Amino acid sequence: MADTILSNIEKYIAVQILKQPTRRISADEPLISSGLIDSFSLMDLALFVEDTFGVRIEDTELNANTFDNLTQLASLIESRKS
Amino acid sequence: MTIFPERLKALHARGSEQVALYLQFSGREDLTLTYDQLLCGASSYARDLERNGIQPGEVIVLILQHGEDLVYSFWGSILHGAIPSIMPFLTEKLSPERYRADLSALISVTKPSAIITYPEFEAEVRAALQEGDSVRSVIVTDRVASQANIEFSSLKGFQRKPEDIVLLQHSSGTTGLQKGVALSHQAVFNQLNSYGRSLSVTDNDVIVTWLPLYHDMGLIAGFLMPILSGVPLVLMSPFDWVRAPYKLLQAISKYRGTLTWLPNFAYNFCALKIRDRHIEGVDLSPLRAVINCSEPVRWESHMAFYERFKDYGLRFDALQTSYAMAENVFGVTQSQLGGVPVVEEIDREAFMVERIAKSPFDGHPSMKMMSSGQPLENVKVKVIDESGSEVPERVIGELALQSDCMLTGYFNRPDLTEKAFRDGWYLTGDYGYISNGEVFVSGRKKDMIIVGGRNIYPQDLESLTYEVPGVHAGRSVAFGMFDETQGTEDVVIIAEVNSENADEQQKIADAIRLHVTKNSAIALRYVKVVGPKWILKTSSGKTARSANREKFIRELQGDKVG
Repeated sequence: MADTILSNIEKYIAVQILKQPTRRISADEPLISSGLIDSFSLMDLALFVEDTFGVRIEDTELNANTFDNLTQLASLIESRKS
Repeated sequence: MTIFPERLKALHARGSEQVALYLQFSGREDLTLTYDQLLCGASSYARDLERNGIQPGEVIVLILQHGEDLVYSFWGSILHGAIPSIMPFLTEKLSPERYRADLSALISVTKPSAIITYPEFEAEVRAALQEGDSVRSVIVTDRVASQANIEFSSLKGFQRKPEDIVLLQHSSGTTGLQKGVALSHQAVFNQLNSYGRSLSVTDNDVIVTWLPLYHDMGLIAGFLMPILSGVPLVLMSPFDWVRAPYKLLQAISKYRGTLTWLPNFAYNFCALKIRDRHIEGVDLSPLRAVINCSEPVRWESHMAFYERFKDYGLRFDALQTSYAMAENVFGVTQSQLGGVPVVEEIDREAFMVERIAKSPFDGHPSMKMMSSGQPLENVKVKVIDESGSEVPERVIGELALQSDCMLTGYFNRPDLTEKAFRDGWYLTGDYGYISNGEVFVSGRKKDMIIVGGRNIYPQDLESLTYEVPGVHAGRSVAFGMFDETQGTEDVVIIAEVNSENADEQQKIADAIRLHVTKNSAIALRYVKVVGPKWILKTSSGKTARSANREKFIRELQGDKVG
């Protein structure tokens, strides 16, 4: 299950945010602290997560302390789904 | 003729309990500051500058985030007669090394005598200082003793003259830090008077904004104008707004906000990202004007914003436009409130090739242009060609202006000041045309990229790209590409490398993305690493940015078709 979530988000980031459909993102690659995802795109990612997985990420949580890589984001989603 | 401290004193005398501003925070109650509290807080900083031996007329750099310290230290510098300049705070995105280098560059040109910052940031600031530089004091916010009352007579700022410089504005980026726009008390008041009249600003207005104070739109329209006009201000942090754009609308509803300013991208951003559940019960009907400024203005963005929020009381005639620049303090033009900005359809080919705005020929592709309004009463705008001669109406050329609110000069840079003017007219570097007194801005003369209201020099991004291993000097090109959905430009970087290996190229692309973002705080949308001979050069060997942009767009469209 976590793997599906992970690959789903990976694809969204590669295609929609980075505009590099073939780009692979490893599970522990820093996303926010590295500047790969900027604040405007972060908002898009949060809305994507909300629409796709039915879980909310509050605006105060949109920073590297809440999640900074795919593994952390996937487990955040998992924990809120249950 | 007056000066800032006299105006503040007069507003204080009018009613010291009158609210000057409401500061909003994430996860904390709003903080209300009356003129009395504002001036007491500011006096504390003025006293501290005095204690540190800072002289009137010296520059103070403020390195602070949204909050009361930034507000107090800014006005405190002014009450002391010193010249405040707000430097953007270090963000998570930017590398501390680059920030330090930028700060050193700012210090070397601007020669401030003091820097005001937080205790946690003091070490970072000190690391940027050099033996023998101009900085004599680093003032730390928590060591500033608070004043319970104001002694106007002891404040040195009251001895300033209207023609003296009151503040400096820096635009962003490495190149921008070399140019501090110096403005006098008189220039700012001339602007506020004419701009205020064009908006019919009264005591009944309430200005709501999230705009950063290191940018002219935030500093002038969203900070100085309200506070110096006795109009209540509701101020939130740009970082909170970007994570929660609905907070702007909630604040407008809560405080009955009548005026707000947004760069074009923010119309799309709000329309696309705000969820219904965040704006339940929000009432936007008090809004007299939402003013689109600091990026090319787009009719499509206005429509998207209107469609999204019309059910919340937003009036169509509240959507307005303005053309502004720091060198003119702020506003150059303003659309007429109560009406809607003029929108016209022009022929795309005539615009591109003949450089004339004509009605579209039957069946030819057209484009929509939205006016930025008419020049303010104290500003003259003309359109000139390469030789400096004025061109007829509807012919596209460079916009030039004259006013009684121009900059005193680029601080400590008489060379740049001289270059900025031609026969007494300030050359804006923007292209556009005039029709029936309406000013239409069509683009930048230079290859400047404008993203989310920030001006970015492509050469800064290219220089950073050359620092990445595998990329050679002269073999990268950066440009902006308009993104319809976002309502602003996407940043594109293309770099040529010797390797034709796809994995190798991907690694270099990642390295470019990381390095450029960390050193410019600009997020890159497209990073393309290519083999030799991709980048088009002019016959003189210079990189032709627009030709490369067209080539890139063609390839991108080819990808989609194929």
